[in-house]
Amino acid sequence: MIGKLVFKDGSIFEGESFGALLSRAGEVVFNTGMVGYPESLTDASYVGQILILTYPLIGNYGVPDKKYWESDSIKISGLIVSNYINTPSHFQSRQTLSSWLKKSKVPALEIKDTRFLTQKIREKGVMLGKIVINKNISFYDPNKDNLVALVSTKKIIYEPPLASPSLTWQGKTVILVDCGTKRNIIRSLLKRHIKVITVPWDFDPFENTHLGRWRSNDFDSSEVNKFDGIVISNGPGDPKMAKTTIATVKKALAKNIPTLGICLGHQLLALAAGGDTYKLKFGHRSQNQPCIQEGTNRCFITTQNHGFAVGKIPRGFKPWFTNANDGSNEGLIHEKLPFMSVQFHPESTPGPYDTEWIFDYFLKKL
Amino acid sequence: MDIRLFLKETMKKVLILGSGALKIGEAGEFDYSGSQAIKALKEEGIKTVLVNPNIATIQTSKFLADTVYFLPVTDFFVEKVIAKEKPDGILLSFGGQTALNCGIELYKKGVLQKYQVKILGTPMSAILLTEDRHKFVKHLQKIGVPVPLSQTANNVNGAIKIAKRIGFPVMIRAGFALGGQGSGVAKNVTELTEIAAHALHFSHQILVEKYLHHFKEVEYEVVRDEADNCITVCNMENMDPLGIHTGDSIVVAPSQTLTNFEYHSLRSVAIRIVRSLKIIGECNVQFALNPKSSLDYYVIEVNARLSRSSALASKATGYPLAYVAAKLALGKNLTKIKNKVTDVTQSCFEPALDYIVVKIPRWDMEKFKGADERIGSGMKSVGEVMGIGRTFEEAYQKAIRMLDLNLPGAVSNYMANNGKTLIKQLSQPTPKRIFAIAKALEKNLPIEKIYWLTGIDPWFLYRIKNIVDEEKILSKSKINKQILQRLKELGFSDKRIGELINKTELEIRSLRKKWGITPSVFQIDTLAGEFPAQTNYLYLTYNGSHHDTSAENKKGVIVLGSGPYRIGSSVEFDWTSVNTVLSLKEHNKKSIIINCNPETVSTDYDISDKLYFEELTFERIADIYEFENPAGIIISVGGQTPNNQAYALNAYGCRILGTNPADIDKAEDRNKFSRLLDQLHVSQPAWNKFATIKDAQKFCQKVGFPVLIRPSYVLSGSAMNICHNQNELLRYLKKATLVSRDYPITVSKFIEEAKEVELDAVAQKGKVAAMVISEHIENAGVHSGDATIVLPAATIIKEAQTKMGHIAAKLAQALSISGPFNIQFLAKDGEVSVIEINLRSSRTLPFISKVTGIDFIKIAVNSFFGKQSNNQITASAGSRNGGIIKQSRFVAVKVPQFSFARLTGADPILHVEMASTGEVACFGEDVQEAFLKGELAVGGKIPQKGIFISLGGEENKQAFLKSTKNLDRLKVPIFATDKTSAFLQKQGIATKLLYKIYEKKSPNILEYFQNGRVDLAINLVDPKAAQDESDHYTIRRAAIDFNIPIYTNLKKAKLFVQAITSKTIKDLSIRAWHEYV
Repeated sequence: MIGKLVFKDGSIFEGESFGALLSRAGEVVFNTGMVGYPESLTDASYVGQILILTYPLIGNYGVPDKKYWESDSIKISGLIVSNYINTPSHFQSRQTLSSWLKKSKVPALEIKDTRFLTQKIREKGVMLGKIVINKNISFYDPNKDNLVALVSTKKIIYEPPLASPSLTWQGKTVILVDCGTKRNIIRSLLKRHIKVITVPWDFDPFENTHLGRWRSNDFDSSEVNKFDGIVISNGPGDPKMAKTTIATVKKALAKNIPTLGICLGHQLLALAAGGDTYKLKFGHRSQNQPCIQEGTNRCFITTQNHGFAVGKIPRGFKPWFTNANDGSNEGLIHEKLPFMSVQFHPESTPGPYDTEWIFDYFLKKL
Repeated sequence: MDIRLFLKETMKKVLILGSGALKIGEAGEFDYSGSQAIKALKEEGIKTVLVNPNIATIQTSKFLADTVYFLPVTDFFVEKVIAKEKPDGILLSFGGQTALNCGIELYKKGVLQKYQVKILGTPMSAILLTEDRHKFVKHLQKIGVPVPLSQTANNVNGAIKIAKRIGFPVMIRAGFALGGQGSGVAKNVTELTEIAAHALHFSHQILVEKYLHHFKEVEYEVVRDEADNCITVCNMENMDPLGIHTGDSIVVAPSQTLTNFEYHSLRSVAIRIVRSLKIIGECNVQFALNPKSSLDYYVIEVNARLSRSSALASKATGYPLAYVAAKLALGKNLTKIKNKVTDVTQSCFEPALDYIVVKIPRWDMEKFKGADERIGSGMKSVGEVMGIGRTFEEAYQKAIRMLDLNLPGAVSNYMANNGKTLIKQLSQPTPKRIFAIAKALEKNLPIEKIYWLTGIDPWFLYRIKNIVDEEKILSKSKINKQILQRLKELGFSDKRIGELINKTELEIRSLRKKWGITPSVFQIDTLAGEFPAQTNYLYLTYNGSHHDTSAENKKGVIVLGSGPYRIGSSVEFDWTSVNTVLSLKEHNKKSIIINCNPETVSTDYDISDKLYFEELTFERIADIYEFENPAGIIISVGGQTPNNQAYALNAYGCRILGTNPADIDKAEDRNKFSRLLDQLHVSQPAWNKFATIKDAQKFCQKVGFPVLIRPSYVLSGSAMNICHNQNELLRYLKKATLVSRDYPITVSKFIEEAKEVELDAVAQKGKVAAMVISEHIENAGVHSGDATIVLPAATIIKEAQTKMGHIAAKLAQALSISGPFNIQFLAKDGEVSVIEINLRSSRTLPFISKVTGIDFIKIAVNSFFGKQSNNQITASAGSRNGGIIKQSRFVAVKVPQFSFARLTGADPILHVEMASTGEVACFGEDVQEAFLKGELAVGGKIPQKGIFISLGGEENKQAFLKSTKNLDRLKVPIFATDKTSAFLQKQGIATKLLYKIYEKKSPNILEYFQNGRVDLAINLVDPKAAQDESDHYTIRRAAIDFNIPIYTNLKKAKLFVQAITSKTIKDLSIRAWHEYV
């Protein structure tokens, strides 16, 4: 079955469908990572987006068990690759990428010249687009919606730390504000022997609330106010949409609670502290973004997936990391207080593990 | 002081060690890395001194290193260079293992400390650690990195103990056993007991090692700087499982079957290792990865230097690894080096590819008599190619065609011709196994079964199956636009598609163009299109619908490179290609290189205006030609591969610069050329073509033996041979060749004891513009590529040289030559006859250019554009000016490098088929000095322990008598076999008799070789003996296996004896190139 990728500017590209036979609209973005499509597809930061993978051969190692995903389902609106591989080979593969997409009702097209699509977005900026199979639909701008609300957890979830040989932070608890968190942020904390309480984006851990609609079965409500630090997760869309979360972060800062923002969380921290954000022309979506740690000669290779960036640095903060390619801000750290954030993904998945130390650095402040 | 500032202040002159001659395991990749290093240093205003005797390299060019020494890369010579040049620093990691070993010796002997030469880059402590297997294993274990363990045992109980320690399954290998006899895999104690007991019958010692059956082999190229920034530029996956040397494996980049977790976990381990070693620059880490469980891996090798893999990674990604490594060695940080490809981003990043590359090795095992075709843990390939595509199938099929073996693609009729079953061919790795796989898939053998037999991951097998299936579909259906488009996306050539549907290549081509199916030109930009890049590094793909670049039109000139390195065509043709590109600048032309060999300098990002990393097939060249619409195409500087395309390209309407292809044909077609020689009254050895053995026999009786035979179809063994009598002729023809009307044999009279002479020249519109004559040491009968070549040709009398000059002039005129050409002559008793002419640059061109100081390539390029060069230049070494042959001030000798040790079973004897893998050339005051330096540069030794002599036949005994007497004066014990010993004793030369190997009596040759009591072996074969006795072969092979320099050619052996008896190593002068030329 032949489907079409239609851009807002009227350009149309045809390709063989290998996903669900339905039409979906969204914002078209590209990612240049060469591995990790199951991780990317389940990353909630992609909600509302049609993803082009620039690496041409996709599907090679199939789809692993759910426990290896970054959320419980595919989050992208549609997928475009150059050469879909329907004969995966890996001992962990449970199904082909195509069958997963079909079951998840996500359309996907094989369009040969993904490089051209990439160049188009690079030159003209991210663009609205739609995958049209059978029935035409209208364009949809995800940035006008509060996507965070869509992907955030509906219940508070408590997770006990993993039995791990390194017990440095034993007994500490972190509140993770879920704006669309990648599962590996939680894994990264758990394996450092941290108790993680994942809370919805609009949950205020400083209010002595009874849990009401947030309640989950296995959770003792008395614990929700006892925590040592806050992590604000990654997530989709324009940070300015997540007003409630920004308000929560403001409180955390006022109360001097150690806070770490990741990706969208970084932007939310900046906004809460009085900084500002802006939309990048075509974003950073790759596993090879070099970030220089300010005041050092050290450069880290990072995974990134964001369309917005921090412009104005808030008072009291200084840049922590800067992108070596385009000079954009990649991290903030408070001059005195235990507040910090990074635009990249220290939890990686997909991508290099080089900045995993950010978690250790943050946890030391608890 | 800040290290960077310190180095900037103190490094004014840096010494770089090259890798010497090309050999199996150390080839063109080090010309690439050395050249980039020199460029990186020069940019910083540092003077560069290079020691590398490989005269065919680009790094030993005037425009690169400031000072070049054509001397052996050994501690003796390099110490002398250091004493003379007093460099501030030294780079050891750009010249392969040769340079690294030399550096270690210099360090151990205290030379570097004595002259205060700083080792730049990775510290010596790290180099020493990685070179000591035992210490290195301990180090890795200390940092928690698993390594496969092994240990030797002398009895079964010992073996069991070791196995229990390292864990089952284990592999048992018998020490010193031939062909892996007695080895096997044991999964438990019972099996181990059985196998170990059996193996101990063969050998008193067995090796027990961790068995990693069908593990994946994955490697990472890691870069680290002084500030501890560490990146992996590329990861690569071997298609072949562990057990086949990575140099002999098909390799893809990036890895295809690794998940994110595996890819990045191994990446982290690689970085951890590199940090622990404090590498500054480049390092390669190789892993074995269990395909069936979660991150069960072992580190199998670490190279703390630039390597073949790093050259491949560099070309696969566009990241100039060697250039960056050199900058880092100077103390620069990764963050301070710009990405030379994009010009906007940083070097501190990891390239993202939006294509796949497939590297396939090129073997030449057919060229070696007796060589074992199987491949395994020892590298045997002589070159490689790299296909780039946007499907695996596209890249893979391109790479197969790039091998230049006339193979159409994945499905090729190129199977092992040994009567083995398909199953056997699958389970035994050979260069031809991938074609057996296609055959098996064609026969519907299940993927699982093929995987079980080959260990090649099903992922790759499914891709090959896709190609096989498409061929099946095509043969059953009618071609249409959609099918043709799909076939092209999967990398099928027009020719192959034509074969399958009974159409010609050109018919498919015009059909394709009618339907608008043409390839896209894509850039390799290191960032998968994320940033706009200035890169000129290009490839073609059918998986695209736009071009990244536009045509050069009439400003552009295409230069065809040489393709894969192989026996008979290697770095010398890269040198000619690169120099052509440089000369084009003077004509205000944009150079467009087409080449497909990742080991070359011509495929470096900054050599040409545009680089197409592409096939050198008619189809692809024509595609690029039509896209670029250039002023013309140069086919005469890349050796025979591009030259072969002249006719088809010309017929298609491409403008060939230089000699007209019709005239090239006149020179290449033996009948036409022979007629031409007759018309010009130029003599040639009698020859003819025959369709029956009977006719050939008659001819031989007429002209008399010996004769040289060239069959047009070879069943096995070598193609050309000399036959001395009727019996040999018959035996050879029956055994090795097919003779019929379709496959006639060419028989020519072989002139004995004739000198062979090379004439290299450039002509313009039929007039010779420059010319040089050089001579072979060996008499005719040794392939010119294996010959020792001397310039000036002092033993060729002036009259003969004048005759040759006249013949060259006549032929240049008759063939209207414009461009380079080479004539091979026979000279005997003042008579001169022509063996052959090649209307292209020859293998000797870099040698003669660098020795005479005349830029032959520049003159050739001038001739393409009709620009006059200076008056006619006839040069010999030592003359700077054109016109007159001056008295020589020096002699230069080109010496071949052989790689027989790598080729199990291969007979090291020299004959009419070329066998050398590389060459060096050295200078001296006389031929002896230059030759001795050259021999020392290719692994020769001045004997100190013992000389073994075995002279077959009476003639050889007499002819070598004087040399033997001279050797006797060296006071080194002489050993000989029975007849030779008896002969020498009679002449008053004391020798010790050694029994032949098969006699199994002591004192035995084998025993003396094994115990290191011999460091020179001379084995001269009686050419007239009915058949070379197998014992002679065994002696030669044993010499090779025990690393004893061996001489098998009378004249070469005599010259060597002259050299070592008239000079000592201390007499060899340490003079730079510019002090001679």
